[in-house]
Amino acid sequence: MLKYHRSREVMRIIRFIGIRTLIVAISLIIAIYLTVIVANMGGHIDKIMESEVKLRVYARLRNDPTWKALPAEERERIAQSRIQQELERLGLTQPFIVRSFKYLQDALTLNLGRALYITSGGGSKRIWDIILERLPPTVLLFTTANVLIFFAEILIGLTASRKYGSKLDKTIVGFAWLSSMPGWFYGIFLILIFAAWLRVLPYGGMVDAPPPEELHLYALSVLKHMVLPLASWLIAYIPIGAYSRRTFFLLFSMEDYVDYARARGVPPRIIERRYILRPTLPPIITSFVLTLIVSWMGAMVTERVFSWPGLGTLMREAIGINDAPVIIGVITIYAYLLAISVIALDIAYAIIDPRIRVGG
Amino acid sequence: MATRLRESIKILFRYKSFIIGLFMIMFFVILSIYAIVIIPYDKAIRMWNSIEYWEDYPKLALPAWINSFSSKKLPEGTIILDSRKTELGITKSVQRIEFGGVGTLININMRFTYEYEDFPSEIALWFYVNTTEPMLIIITWVKPDGTEVLVYREVLSSYQYYRLTGDLEFISRFEARLISKLGKKPNYQIPSEIALFAKEDETILDKETVTPLKGKYQVKIKARTGDPKANLDVKINIYGKVYGLLGTDDRRRDLLIGILWGAPLALSFGVLASVATVLLQMIIAAIAAWYGGWVDHLISRINEVVMIIPFLPLLIMISYFYKFSIWTLLIVVVALSMFGPGVKTYRAMFLQVREMPYIEAAQAYGASNARIILRYMVPKILPTIVPNIVLAVPSFVFLEAALAILGVGDPQAITWGKILDEAYTGGALYWGRYHWILAPSLCLVLISIGFALMGFTLDRVFNPRLREM
Repeated sequence: MLKYHRSREVMRIIRFIGIRTLIVAISLIIAIYLTVIVANMGGHIDKIMESEVKLRVYARLRNDPTWKALPAEERERIAQSRIQQELERLGLTQPFIVRSFKYLQDALTLNLGRALYITSGGGSKRIWDIILERLPPTVLLFTTANVLIFFAEILIGLTASRKYGSKLDKTIVGFAWLSSMPGWFYGIFLILIFAAWLRVLPYGGMVDAPPPEELHLYALSVLKHMVLPLASWLIAYIPIGAYSRRTFFLLFSMEDYVDYARARGVPPRIIERRYILRPTLPPIITSFVLTLIVSWMGAMVTERVFSWPGLGTLMREAIGINDAPVIIGVITIYAYLLAISVIALDIAYAIIDPRIRVGG
Repeated sequence: MATRLRESIKILFRYKSFIIGLFMIMFFVILSIYAIVIIPYDKAIRMWNSIEYWEDYPKLALPAWINSFSSKKLPEGTIILDSRKTELGITKSVQRIEFGGVGTLININMRFTYEYEDFPSEIALWFYVNTTEPMLIIITWVKPDGTEVLVYREVLSSYQYYRLTGDLEFISRFEARLISKLGKKPNYQIPSEIALFAKEDETILDKETVTPLKGKYQVKIKARTGDPKANLDVKINIYGKVYGLLGTDDRRRDLLIGILWGAPLALSFGVLASVATVLLQMIIAAIAAWYGGWVDHLISRINEVVMIIPFLPLLIMISYFYKFSIWTLLIVVVALSMFGPGVKTYRAMFLQVREMPYIEAAQAYGASNARIILRYMVPKILPTIVPNIVLAVPSFVFLEAALAILGVGDPQAITWGKILDEAYTGGALYWGRYHWILAPSLCLVLISIGFALMGFTLDRVFNPRLREM
């Protein structure tokens, strides 16, 4: 009897996960395809590239004395065949719609190809190289920021909800408006105060120029450059986070089962940990993981304000010079990361949450 | 319903934070109306993007009220000496001469008083010559103590703009004269505007001690040409260091105009985007909840796709490729954000509303689906959504600013974000031109705090979950 029940439960979980994975996978494909279309301006980039090819071919031929000596028709024929060759080499002879699916397929198989213009610091045009070079700075800065924000939020939120109506609680409510402004905006103010006026911290960038040779000095230099961007994010995002956590915890601490536990004389620490924190943790962790991944995309404006050499800056550069493969590459990686974490979270909750297990 | 609304409003006004927020927003509303009334939008844009219009304004001037705080009185605005305008202190004589051929002798005299304790920022001259014959022009500058400086000696035969500031030839000539007069060379390179205004004694030799001479200055312009019908007009601009309420930027534009016109754009962009987004999200959520089935499924799937697409990069790509005006941008922003997490939350609310008896009653008397959604379901949760609308306004204002900072905003519109971007890329932070950054930033701060204070209070009053605790 028990065994039968178990296997049904497993089947349910597998079915649930299967459906979720399918849905997320379809979303992923649609999202990447949309990016392909937008990044190529619906085929408009091709026309630009085509005219560039023509320009290049004619420019090269004009420097060729043997070509100049030929009759007009012959010259035209040669030029056309060269252009055709070049277009075929670049794969521009097929209609855009056909190629868009080829791009989609390449993106989905993570065959990101080569950039049109952008190169990595080492001079490579492989998009994987470029992305892997830009990812670490972004991950370093924004993971640190988000982890700090995450713990500060929960800690402040819990303390405030424990002492509802206290001074701390009122301060948190009173300062929530700080979050109506984004991090990059505080960044400008912090640069103004600490870099321009007091001259104690750098304006931007990731390390001093030239970068220090020794490892610990290098790390120290990076740390120094991280202070302002980190501070700007903490100021901007902790207040609203602490405020909403506090409200969230307060709502949960009013539940009947918490009251009952209190009446039974369960110590407040345990109530907090087992009765309030545990049921509220899944949505909190979900939002944390998703924010983290979104932040790896690079907060483009923050990176711009602090000249941080991360993915956001890469994206801005790529958009600025129509480097469609790079744009598609970055967004593909991002979409994959997001999709995988959504599925992973779904699986985790499917295993934990009894409502899914028994089909509620 | 009406009495309940009146009750709620009464409660709202009991909160100080609401009143403060309201005042801030009212301030910007009045500013917007003022801007629209005094300068029409298309005129403002033409003015803002023109170069000629700002010709007579000092570059990167600080706000004029700085003078009441600083120990030195900085020169304000621009001293414009224009021979075409017969103002007090400007005289002009045109003489036909006939000796060994014909010709014209032109004499222009300009007098002005300089009472500031600091030097001007820049000096520029315009020569309007209406002859093609060569014309010799000599300009002598007379300081209040009688010292004469030769400023210009050139043969012109057409219109000419001459920027005295930065003219190295003039400076080396001046320094040579100084050495012969004082026997010493100054320990710094004297800029032209200091050369023309400084007291020429020991103090001029050091950058720290050099001081301007106060009093009546005179500019003597003499011109001679062989054309008997020739005429010459000269404009001299002596640019100051402070101007107006907010100062100017590196294109000499009065920041007050920019800030003034930024207000209606920020307000209308933020409010329209926020209202449209939330309303559309609500209608979509209501449709999903009301029809259920495949409609509901489809909307949920679209939601998931939208949540996977990174919003900002997509928006930047679209606006980079198509160079939108701010109003098209508004539509794109709304279109991109009408799906997303909000729809999910509202759908959950509508699922409860759907089961309420009054909806069933409406159905029973034959109300159409559209009527049920728009007239019965949406209004039901509207009060709980109003705070969200108000709270979302600053985020859209900042979205516009973010796009401007990334260089993909409306290339023509005058927005705070654009001024901020120009200040930032113009190196306002490096050169210490803080007013340029602070003017648009403080406006953004005030507008977002205003909406945030109102929004949080509205949230407390309309969503009283936590009030009674």
